[in-house]
Amino acid sequence: MMDFWIILTAILVASACSILGCFLILRRMALVGDAISHAVLPGIAIAFLMSGTRDSMWMLLGATAFGLLTVFLIQTLQTSGLQSDASIGIVFTALFAVGVLIISLNAQHIDLDLDCVLFGEIAYVPWDTWTLGGNNMGPRAVWMLGITLAVILLLFGLFYKQFKICAFDPAMAVACGIPVLLFHYLLMGMVSMTAVSSFESVGAILVVGMLIIPAATAYLLTHRLGIMIGLSVAVGIVSAVVGYLISYALDASIAGCIVSVAGILFIFALVLAPKNGLIARLARRRSAAQVV
Amino acid sequence: MLDWLISLWSDPNTRWILLGCMLLGLGSGVIGSFTFLRRESLLGDTLAHAALPGVCIAFMLNEVKSASLFLLGALFAGIAAVLCVSAITRWTKIKSDASMGIVLTFFFGVGTVMLTHIQHSGSGSQSGLDKYLFGQAAAMVTSDVYILMGVSVLLIVAAILLFKEFKLISFDPGFARGIGLPVGILEHTMLILTTVAVAAGIQAVGVVLVAALLITPAAAARYWTDRLPVMLAFAGLFGALSGASGAAISTLGEGIPTGPVTVLVATLLFVLSLLFAPGRGWFSKILRHRNLKSTYAQSAERSALNAAEGGTPK
Repeated sequence: MMDFWIILTAILVASACSILGCFLILRRMALVGDAISHAVLPGIAIAFLMSGTRDSMWMLLGATAFGLLTVFLIQTLQTSGLQSDASIGIVFTALFAVGVLIISLNAQHIDLDLDCVLFGEIAYVPWDTWTLGGNNMGPRAVWMLGITLAVILLLFGLFYKQFKICAFDPAMAVACGIPVLLFHYLLMGMVSMTAVSSFESVGAILVVGMLIIPAATAYLLTHRLGIMIGLSVAVGIVSAVVGYLISYALDASIAGCIVSVAGILFIFALVLAPKNGLIARLARRRSAAQVV
Repeated sequence: MLDWLISLWSDPNTRWILLGCMLLGLGSGVIGSFTFLRRESLLGDTLAHAALPGVCIAFMLNEVKSASLFLLGALFAGIAAVLCVSAITRWTKIKSDASMGIVLTFFFGVGTVMLTHIQHSGSGSQSGLDKYLFGQAAAMVTSDVYILMGVSVLLIVAAILLFKEFKLISFDPGFARGIGLPVGILEHTMLILTTVAVAAGIQAVGVVLVAALLITPAAAARYWTDRLPVMLAFAGLFGALSGASGAAISTLGEGIPTGPVTVLVATLLFVLSLLFAPGRGWFSKILRHRNLKSTYAQSAERSALNAAEGGTPK
């Protein structure tokens, strides 16, 4: 049962992140995902201090607000003339520093372990259960991630076309009358929500890894967005399951193993992809040379 | 206040740590200016995360905690990470930001696996390995500080000696190649220097925040000037100021971590520069805008008057 809950949590994180990651990669905002997943820390810490409990609803709201604040600050700095890489770097390090400072100053009030923030401890997920009216409803993280995934599926189900146009050609989207800025913030809000709901259970690094690596793997394999999302989710889920099994065998961090498996799948795709892979390219170059 | 400053200076250990952090801030501010101008600021973040497997391997091979070995491990891992990033960007259609993200998380993930493996195998001396990763300058011993200072001096000297070359490859690599400079070698030298700065900085401020030492002082300095030597001086000054105040403030209380305070001081300096720098700052922009507006309004009024009087507008 324990294994079931852990794998389920990992699969939920992987699916939510893999879907969002496709859009981040296409919009060239991969590192904004990285920034958000670190910058929600002060939100989590403040929500912790104010509500005094691990009440997830407050945490979800507070930290999602910080995620959007990150995006807003990055954009304000960019429009004021600072280059984008520097504005991302400045904003997320400053917010992360605030978070670490709040946690270390209130160490006796907050039972948030700083190690867990980065590495995550997904193995504790089954112990942290949510009770409703005396009934044990299962692990809290599973509920939070489930809700997040449902929101993501709902929004993409409703506005798939709009998100697609915004991802490929924002100028055309504006011309079509699509509120691009609104969809931008919707996407970023979903990234923040995912980052927050998986933060405590799986750690920032798994979130970032799952946001970028599966989507990039799928990006190498196809030219169609629909297929890319499907492949990305598949890569995410396979890494989650295989990574868990490997971590069991090695007695090592589950989140780390999952990201490593995803990275290895990426390397496979890099070498073996049917059209753009290294081997396919070499073969093409050789046959071209023979023709000449 | 004065007592506190005196007590800082009278305790030899604190004095060394203070000096070390100050020099580190100076060195990474200077090197960071070049990476800032080359728009590669986030490479620092990638290098910092990628250092983890290097540090773990260095520990596994020797079973001791030694700052110089960790530095070497972080250096090699960083170089490997940079090579991976450029390989992915060159061979695939994936853009540089995504390839940095892939390499960053993959290396860090592998590093986490190694770290937990070390911790669970329980060789006893592994405690403190994670301290190294989260950065606590107060936990440094004198030999660590010597290494930190040596590295920082190396960075500053290298930046001074190679100033002209670095300037060229930052602003116009094509021209640099044209006049026969070995651009590839210089670019790699700069990358290695950046890696050294990051590897040294991890111990003082931690993996996540070390990127800020490279980025924030340089970005703040950019607001004050258009000349590279002045910018380097400002970046070094801001870096040194943040490093020193980070180390000093963290001695005030038991639970105050060095890294976040250093980064927050740097951010504060950045915000002040953003708002108040003459010329490029926010306030001076607004002032200039307003002056321009009123001058234009006056001249428009004058020409309107002239036209009304039947005269030829000037």
